[in-house]
Amino acid sequence: MDICKTLEDMNIVVVGHVDHGKSTVVGRMLADTNSLPEGKLEQVKANCRRNSKPFEYAFLLDALKDEQAQGITIDSARCFFSTEKRNYIIIDAPGHIEFLKNMVTGAARAEAALLVIAADEGVMENSNRHGYLLSMLGIRQVAVVINKMDLVDYSREVYEGIVLEYSRFLKKVNITASSYIPVSGMIGDNIAANSTERMPWYTGMTVLEQLDSFISEGLPADMPFRMPVQDVYKFTMNNDNRRIVAGTVETGRLAVGDSVTFYPSGKRSSVKSIESFNVSPPEQIMAGNSAGFTLTDQIFITRGEIAARSDEKPPEVAARLKTNVFWLGREPFSPGKRYFIKIGTAKVECSLERVGRVMNASNLNSEKKESVERHEVAECILNLKKPVSFDLTDELAATSRFVLIDGYEISGGGIITGAMEDELSDVRHQVMIRNTNWIKSSISREDRAYRYKQRPSLIIITGPRQSGKKTLARELEKVLFQNGELVYFIGMGSVVYGVDADIKNRNKKNREEHIRRAAEIINIMLDSGMILILTAIELTSHEIELIRTIANPPDILTIWTGEKVTTDINAELTFGGNDNKMYVERICRNLADRGIIFKGI
Amino acid sequence: MDHLEKLEARSVHILREAYSQFKQLCMLWSIGKDSTVMLWLARKAFFGHVPFPLVHVDTSYKIKEMIEYRDRLALEYNLDMVYGQNKEILEKGFTYPNGKCSRIECCRLLKSEALKNTLSGEWPRYRMNHGTGKYEIDTNREPFTGVIVGVRADEEGSRSKERYFSPRDKNNDWDVGDQPPEFWNQYKTDFAPGTHVRIHPLLDWTEADIWEYIEKEGIPTVSLYYDRGEGIRYRSLGCAPCTSPIESSASNVAEIIEELKSGKLRNIAERSGREQDKEDGGGLEELRKDGYM
Repeated sequence: MDICKTLEDMNIVVVGHVDHGKSTVVGRMLADTNSLPEGKLEQVKANCRRNSKPFEYAFLLDALKDEQAQGITIDSARCFFSTEKRNYIIIDAPGHIEFLKNMVTGAARAEAALLVIAADEGVMENSNRHGYLLSMLGIRQVAVVINKMDLVDYSREVYEGIVLEYSRFLKKVNITASSYIPVSGMIGDNIAANSTERMPWYTGMTVLEQLDSFISEGLPADMPFRMPVQDVYKFTMNNDNRRIVAGTVETGRLAVGDSVTFYPSGKRSSVKSIESFNVSPPEQIMAGNSAGFTLTDQIFITRGEIAARSDEKPPEVAARLKTNVFWLGREPFSPGKRYFIKIGTAKVECSLERVGRVMNASNLNSEKKESVERHEVAECILNLKKPVSFDLTDELAATSRFVLIDGYEISGGGIITGAMEDELSDVRHQVMIRNTNWIKSSISREDRAYRYKQRPSLIIITGPRQSGKKTLARELEKVLFQNGELVYFIGMGSVVYGVDADIKNRNKKNREEHIRRAAEIINIMLDSGMILILTAIELTSHEIELIRTIANPPDILTIWTGEKVTTDINAELTFGGNDNKMYVERICRNLADRGIIFKGI
Repeated sequence: MDHLEKLEARSVHILREAYSQFKQLCMLWSIGKDSTVMLWLARKAFFGHVPFPLVHVDTSYKIKEMIEYRDRLALEYNLDMVYGQNKEILEKGFTYPNGKCSRIECCRLLKSEALKNTLSGEWPRYRMNHGTGKYEIDTNREPFTGVIVGVRADEEGSRSKERYFSPRDKNNDWDVGDQPPEFWNQYKTDFAPGTHVRIHPLLDWTEADIWEYIEKEGIPTVSLYYDRGEGIRYRSLGCAPCTSPIESSASNVAEIIEELKSGKLRNIAERSGREQDKEDGGGLEELRKDGYM
């Protein structure tokens, strides 16, 4: 391949219903721009003559694909050609519905699309489905190529009928086509040259002119800064002390000295330095960069958070999402099943709460359904196990996009249209404010973990009254302490009569407040690097979630004592008897396995 | 951002995703220009560090300079360097250069088989001891579940169909017809036990991109790529008996780029000096289905 590097590149995807002539249009473009290897056209024509079949430009693509196997220019999915303005990479997306996931893979890389509709067949199911997917994938520049005009006698009426029908459809999916071009790939009308003789009524652009008038999308640097955190690196080799927040900038820009806030945690710090390798560090990072920076404070953040600038509009945080989903999985997307959502760098367990409208791809009429079948598009409400940070699709498209994992496979994609409340929304909001205003220490969590030779962790022991919670907690504390761990046992009773002395009545609402305050204490003690053992009577899964939301323990181990589990809790360990020696051993093994404590006991 | 900056950013993103998602991760380093650029990109991604082992499949027929260069860089960059080999077949002498089997069979035994068993930990791995500079049998025999490979889509037919994250089943097989969807920088990072994922950070790079990046960054490459006064150089590196140099007087990176873009190499395939391609019907698809890189 010989792409001259001085021209800009643009990826174009060609989509449309099967047999509407995508390959013919592409083949014709290659031929008419002299982008074919020498003698190729003649060779394919000669082949056709020998086999007594009429020559078609689509055969050119097939021939080029064969040639590519010998290592020269074209591949099965992509081919290249240049105009005076640009180098184009044409992605020929499969039109057959079976290949929708390949179409999505190809189209997602494109900056603009040609959508081919055959004049003789008109708008078909996949014309609409592909149009809809282009919209969801975020491709806003779409030109509609109405092909096979030769088969309808170059009829203006047919052309205008399709324009009317299809523009109505595109409007529903928020796309305004750049143009509707009547062409014949076979004859060559309006591909590279105007067809004034056969279609004098059409005075618009040819396909090539249209390609050149697509706008090369600049990187979205003038929007709010968003960088999903891929990792926080602390490589110690060669005495490297840097703690680098790494990720790819989706939008906006960030410079040294800027105040940066991480979501969903709400933790805040400032950019101390921008890091790089083998080049002098840039003064700022911006959209498209795979970047890394260090912070002035030792705040603890992890993969999955989004870095935003504190002086710009913050992203949303929620655990319930209003979305539009397209489903590619063989099994339908159904409520009651366990999935994972991947958004930015976050990956969180989720379930389908409810299906809203399921769009019929061929006419965009909606129907009511319980689940989403393969190749369907639907409005869905998703329930996440933990909150994620994102933007709404109308505001910042890049950070509104997610995929859904069923088992081991990416089985769907979607965009977020709304953030919804859940029962922990208020608490979460308070926690974010607390984190943002936290008075920072100069000692990092890693420093403490290194010094104490343990990772902070919360062990919750819960169960009915008189089930041996406190006895077990004390035994566990003693063993861990004797082993050199920094450990502390805190019973709910220690909180209720002191910190909670102002709460008089024991009712359900107050119980939640007791737990909230205990969780705030736990948060502080975990931050100090402790392993904490909490005992409380009959905690529910909601109460555990409340503690998790407030204290955000890096690790949490829940243990139920007592023969029968009397709440909806899903404890990791259940101990029915009183063999505390064995229970303590099992807990210690669990802690060692998860790397909370570094040495075996 | 220019063309090379965009390519670099995507590759770095992919490498970081791989590092965060795969506990048992390694990078295959063939010593050639592509995987050496990939190694450089890893140092970009991790700010001078390479936080996973580099694995080399040593057929014992590699050109001498390649092994010297490998060990020199391993020491200089502080690489966790590991190699694997099909010792049994080499001891039996059942190879193409010995006249005992065909080229393709030799590739299969010395490369595909050695790779498969090195990745799975079935066969011993030899790991560099940085104290002595010598290789020792590695005690870690856990299978690698993420394998970073420097293939490029423009190299030959089967590679153009690859994904950035491409699953392999228990037998190392690749199902070309049913590949995972890949969009919005989201990749297949979940996999069933016993299977693994190949990661391809260089998929979008062309041969010219590779050389332009080598020039831009000043990446050290093995001397075999350059003419040293005899009017020949290697364009693609493999085993000595099955790789021939091309006629070229390009003696530095700039001259190679010039030769690629305007000169006589414009319409000649990069791997034209690699004999196994020709015998595999030109597509390498059969070898690659079997685990070949």
